[in-house]
Amino acid sequence: MPETEWDEGADEAPVTRAFWSGTITFGLVSIPVALYAANRPQGVRLRMVSPGGTPLQRRYFASKDDRELDADDIVRGYEVEKGKFVTVDDDELERLAPERTRDIDLRQFVKLDEVDPAYFERAYYLTPAGGSNKAYRLLAKVMEETGRAGIATFVLRAKEYLVAIIAENGILRAETLRFADELRTPADIGLPEPAQPPAAEVKRIDREIGKRLESGVRRNELVDHASERLLKLARQKLRAGKDVVQLDEDEESEHGPSTGTPVIDLMEILKQRMAGVGGDENEGATSDADDEDAPAATRSRPKPKSASGTRAKSKPKTKSASKSKAKPKAKSRAKPKSASRAKPRSRRAA
Amino acid sequence: MGARAIWKANLVFGGVEVPVRMYSAVQDRTVHFRMLDAKRHEPVKQHMIDPDTGKVVEGEKIQRAFEGDEGQLVILEQAELEKVLPKPSREIEITRFLPDDAISHEWYDRPYYLGPDEEEARYFAVVQALRKRKVEGLARWVMRNKEYAGALRVEGGYLMLITLRHAGEVIPASALEAPSGRELDAREIAMARQLVESMEDRFDIAAWHDEYRERVRELVEAKAAGKVVKFPRAPRKKTELSLAEVLERSVAATRERKRA
Repeated sequence: MPETEWDEGADEAPVTRAFWSGTITFGLVSIPVALYAANRPQGVRLRMVSPGGTPLQRRYFASKDDRELDADDIVRGYEVEKGKFVTVDDDELERLAPERTRDIDLRQFVKLDEVDPAYFERAYYLTPAGGSNKAYRLLAKVMEETGRAGIATFVLRAKEYLVAIIAENGILRAETLRFADELRTPADIGLPEPAQPPAAEVKRIDREIGKRLESGVRRNELVDHASERLLKLARQKLRAGKDVVQLDEDEESEHGPSTGTPVIDLMEILKQRMAGVGGDENEGATSDADDEDAPAATRSRPKPKSASGTRAKSKPKTKSASKSKAKPKAKSRAKPKSASRAKPRSRRAA
Repeated sequence: MGARAIWKANLVFGGVEVPVRMYSAVQDRTVHFRMLDAKRHEPVKQHMIDPDTGKVVEGEKIQRAFEGDEGQLVILEQAELEKVLPKPSREIEITRFLPDDAISHEWYDRPYYLGPDEEEARYFAVVQALRKRKVEGLARWVMRNKEYAGALRVEGGYLMLITLRHAGEVIPASALEAPSGRELDAREIAMARQLVESMEDRFDIAAWHDEYRERVRELVEAKAAGKVVKFPRAPRKKTELSLAEVLERSVAATRERKRA
């Protein structure tokens, strides 16, 4: 039995709307912005089903007597030594959390090339929010002209993030940064001391490199062929009606279709936001707290994922829309079945 | 000290073949919790249940299915899934080399170090050659049934392989248009510039800490030692003002601070 880690809930940005909105503050200046994820994992997510095609549910049981456990029967434990745990509850974690604010607190400006991209974790576009975009444009222009990045902190879901704010072509982007102790050094790993290679070997390799020089990346070089093949297979079977089962609405995945949201849709939304179209000031009024109960349409990351102890408050949840705050996933069995299950569940052969 | 290699492979381009060991450059520092049975404080077990029968479906009986846009579920047999898997290989193929700023950072996903495996001279020859030419390699490989693209770079005198996001996963900045509006006022630009300069500093990543994570760790350690702990919240400030004036005041304020 694999270890059952406590899943602190999705940490991924909902896609089609801002997942955070607030204000960049520095000096006494404040610039209202909304954050949108700049990238989106597109791998095909498969579901687990029974041999007959019923989506399976994950439930939890006591290890000794196989008693089924409810949300309230499950607590968060930290293993201090083998088999010995201390428990930590939501209130305790909440007291440790940084205070929620709507500020992206810009603390310093640094030379852009001082920020090692190896620290970059995830990127978010900042779009202007509120009435005027003047301060936004001013900051972007000056940062770009001076080759500076802004170092800022902001709080999302009880965790404080360190970000580098970078201006490119008049657009501001926030890169969340890994902390120094999250990135190993060659010395940490124990790599051997660099040795002076024989000049002839360097020359030979240099020559091979010279034969393969090109200037840019072609987009098709980054295609995930395995996912494309899987997608093709699934779509073929779907068209042929082979091994296809129609789900009731309440059985559909909380993450949406296996393919996720096409990036092209996100691009449209971002274009509009940059232009100041759509999304009034309340749009994306998801403070770091609110989006825990974001509609299912916002599609959180598939679970289970590795639990991250640093994200507090939201216990594992079932459907993100089901207001199951503070309930582990075990609870999902309490979900009422749709009364209108008309279709008999049978696998159609081609 | 020292990290375990997660994979062994051969870096290959043209007639060059360099045996390497791959190490994760990212170290997980989060405080991990387990799910415990509240009564006995023992780890829980999880099972996949068929909600129609209420019965456990064991691992080997579980099937994978693709969910379509309209809630259609397509069941994919094990044999079908195996057929679409990439072919296992121990090769990290460098398809070609690019100027070392050609791959935009927005494609970066996760960094790994490559260390030499036996052939140290050849390994460091690659490091030197990449450095001399100021290029990076575009890599492709298959690891644990997954296909990767990556940028092979030099970092601190060693080879680093940064996995790249796949096509379609990134919204490139070049696809977007910057917010536009009336031309910016020269005076405001000058002041904004002053303000940026007044907040200028050297970047030192080590100066920043994940304070929340540190507090969580302190909490569990204190509890393990049987102590009761309380942490004060960090104080916060808030100001509301408007542009030109604000810029001026900010510059003055940061100057004041610098002098102090």
